[in-house]
Amino acid sequence: MVKVDVTPARLAGEPLVAFEHVSCAYGSSTVIDAVDFAIIPGEFVGIVGPSGSGKTTVLRALLGALAPVHGKVHRKAGLRLAYVPQLETVDWNFPVTVREVVSMSRPSRSWWPRTTPAEIREIDDVLERLGLGGLANRHIRELSGGQQQRVFLARALVQKPDLLVLDEPTAGVDVRTRHEVLHVLADLNESTPDGDGVAIVLTTHDLNGLAAHLPRVICFNRTVIADGSPNEVLRPYFLERTYGAPMEVLQHGGMPVVVEHGADDLRERLSRRGA
Amino acid sequence: MVPTTSASALVAGVPDVLAVDLSEPFQYEFFRNGLVIATLAGALCGLIGVFVVLRNMSYIGHGLSHAIFGGAALAAVLELNYFIGAGLWGLASGLMIGRVARRRIIGADAAIGVITTASFAMGLALQARYGQASRSIDAVLFGNVLGVFPGDIAAVAGVGIFSAAVVVLLYRKLLFTTFDPEVAAVSGVRVPAMEATLMFLLSATILVTVRVIGVLLISALLVLPAVTSRLLTNSFGRMLWLSPVLGALFGGVGMYASWYADVPSGAVIILCGTAAFIVAYVSVGVRRRARVAGLDHHSGPALTTG
Repeated sequence: MVKVDVTPARLAGEPLVAFEHVSCAYGSSTVIDAVDFAIIPGEFVGIVGPSGSGKTTVLRALLGALAPVHGKVHRKAGLRLAYVPQLETVDWNFPVTVREVVSMSRPSRSWWPRTTPAEIREIDDVLERLGLGGLANRHIRELSGGQQQRVFLARALVQKPDLLVLDEPTAGVDVRTRHEVLHVLADLNESTPDGDGVAIVLTTHDLNGLAAHLPRVICFNRTVIADGSPNEVLRPYFLERTYGAPMEVLQHGGMPVVVEHGADDLRERLSRRGA
Repeated sequence: MVPTTSASALVAGVPDVLAVDLSEPFQYEFFRNGLVIATLAGALCGLIGVFVVLRNMSYIGHGLSHAIFGGAALAAVLELNYFIGAGLWGLASGLMIGRVARRRIIGADAAIGVITTASFAMGLALQARYGQASRSIDAVLFGNVLGVFPGDIAAVAGVGIFSAAVVVLLYRKLLFTTFDPEVAAVSGVRVPAMEATLMFLLSATILVTVRVIGVLLISALLVLPAVTSRLLTNSFGRMLWLSPVLGALFGGVGMYASWYADVPSGAVIILCGTAAFIVAYVSVGVRRRARVAGLDHHSGPALTTG
């Protein structure tokens, strides 16, 4: 495993979360093994790896939904975590409006469940900030893919998290929505005069569309293969060990672009068949 | 069991067959009691039914009512109090289902199938063997709104008030648990406690209403108000008050209609609910087609029945 120190000056202080040799298992099969990494306040980290590599298990261990069989997940005292699930796990037929989704994660302040005017203002502020103004009374199915993603982001944000955890936020969405989501996340991550930006950890299998844009990428398959900036870790050696298939990396505008090795070969075969 | 109207209409000597005395059944105390309990039971089933439908628990409700039938039969034969006998039996069945389902090899639905049908079969066997107790066993099977004991109204009202209080106080946690249990758990909601609470409310609801509606129809009363209100609203909050209102209407109107129809009240209550469901289903379908025909392609079909 190669460790690259990518901590810029602004990322100082105690880690929010630190994995110390963490292994997790479902039944007798070990899914992640001896995982070590730490998330520092204000960071934006992408975990990449093929399906079945244990990315979601890392998130579950991070959130405390799954107890490690070995090692320890250290969380900063009083850490506020918020989780945005994969859109495909959501029941879109469930009768909930946008405002009901966003308010359900907040503990009610009074015994009567109705949202108070102060709460409605607070929720509407978050919706406005995410470009969802005026949609509060819509059913969740009546939204576009990007809007749906942002509703669940809003539910996470009203918990005022220090660390935002997203599972495959761009899985199954179109290019425009992916851009939209990435920009919203970048805005949230950015420090403002009001305070630090929120730290973000996400999983993705989209190397070029998402991972290459992030400041820090962790290549993952059962354990951490490489950890650093995209230019440092998106390299053929690490990618082959992560994905189990040879890959080529080109440079475009100072960013790495990953292409599957042997894609030319495949194209040739298929075009020959067509001819 | 239910008196017909024909006799009273003739006694009054009114030649016009349409002049049915609509206040006639109210002279009888057993009818007034029946109307009150049917309305209350409908409201309670409507409230709990929201969670039953949205959490896909209707098979559990179905199973629990059958398990309780076994307990009720045993209680009748042993001359125990119905609530104690059926309640304990229902609790034991629930625990056994949990135990069998934990073995993993057998799914929870199959475990429910085995344990509750065994319980139901035992009830039938006891009913056949001990004729004297069979009248109250019969009431549990088909429901008997007109033979309610005064304690029944208090029991349904008590469970109703308790359930409403729990739903109000735990509203957001119950919604979060029902909609998205995994995220609720990582957001600090004690999901197992919420699920146990819902299970407890469902069991208590079935226990106090099953003698009114009957084992064979109780799951329908749990489902009908909830699915009808689901067709009419897209909001959880609105569904949560609309469903008990519809349930109360089905119970009250069905009870009243059963007097004139001379049909067991449980059946008329369910038929009322079914009629309302069909009306809602058809009218929502018409509305949706009208919207799809319009150019508002951004708001796709808000409702799916699949």
